[in-house]
Amino acid sequence: MATTAHVRPNYIMIWLYLFVLTVVEVAAAFLSHIPKQWLILILIFLAVWKALLVALYFMHLKFEPWRLRLIFLVPLPLATILVVTTIMENF
Amino acid sequence: MTHATAAADLMRPPSPAEPGAGVYSNKLGMWVFLASDVMFFTALIGSYIILRFGMSEAWAAPGAVLNVPLTGFNTFLLICSSVSMVKAYAAIADGKPYFLRPVAGKMLRDGGLKFWLLVTILCGAAFVGVQVYEYIKLVEHGFTPAGYREGSLIAEHALADPVRYGAATGAMYGSTFFTMTGFHGFHVTCGVVAMTYLYFTKVLPEKYSPQDYRGIETIGLYWHFVDLVWIILFTIVYLI
Repeated sequence: MATTAHVRPNYIMIWLYLFVLTVVEVAAAFLSHIPKQWLILILIFLAVWKALLVALYFMHLKFEPWRLRLIFLVPLPLATILVVTTIMENF
Repeated sequence: MTHATAAADLMRPPSPAEPGAGVYSNKLGMWVFLASDVMFFTALIGSYIILRFGMSEAWAAPGAVLNVPLTGFNTFLLICSSVSMVKAYAAIADGKPYFLRPVAGKMLRDGGLKFWLLVTILCGAAFVGVQVYEYIKLVEHGFTPAGYREGSLIAEHALADPVRYGAATGAMYGSTFFTMTGFHGFHVTCGVVAMTYLYFTKVLPEKYSPQDYRGIETIGLYWHFVDLVWIILFTIVYLI
């Protein structure tokens, strides 16, 4: 059986990305003069980026079979529906 | 077996895989649990968003009540614990169960499973310690799960500057803040307890090997998920 060696991610580099993104987040929240609506979008984008780095590389989701990835992905649209429909009812 | 499947197989212990998801049952069970935990935290975060943005009165500004530099440091601790966890996983996968081993010609020593898991436990315990300290200070200053305590320092600030301190929404702010961060802190505490148990019962007696390290991978998934949730909570609760 032929196997392809999998290159393990550079975990220290991922840690560095997470650290830098956290510093950028805090700096954007407290030092910048970005309008509130844009700031919220930027901060959520950075948080999702960090969360994806953890899920894909630290939890190895990037290297898992697609059926396992599906287990993690299925609740996400359900969670979105839960939040969006409740917001729509309240506004 | 395809090349992609073979490559993926190198990332997991050679244990019997379930035919459904293609991974061993402990790992599948943890992923199913994490999927249910996603819904649990979504309910908390979703409720927070609805309560906060559904109110016409101002919410406390970021940094007005909460100590963001301290929590920023706590976030750094959790990120460090996540990388040490994945290093512990990589160490045992590479057959390094030891604590530290000198490396010829290099200043740094090579850390094994015992070293990296201990670092993870210490970082996790430090996170819980800092969170407890944060709670004690907040309650001392008058920020409680019921809102701003009458006659307290924060209540006085809120009277002087009701918009910055969200005087009208203090009770909602207190209950949502302590519920979300408290449940996350409970998850971290459970993780620290579980890792400590594994450390003494499996890691120190060297029961894990490159042939079977399912416990490390499974607890690692839980730990990274706790880190992932904190990344979202830190942004939503402390920065927005």
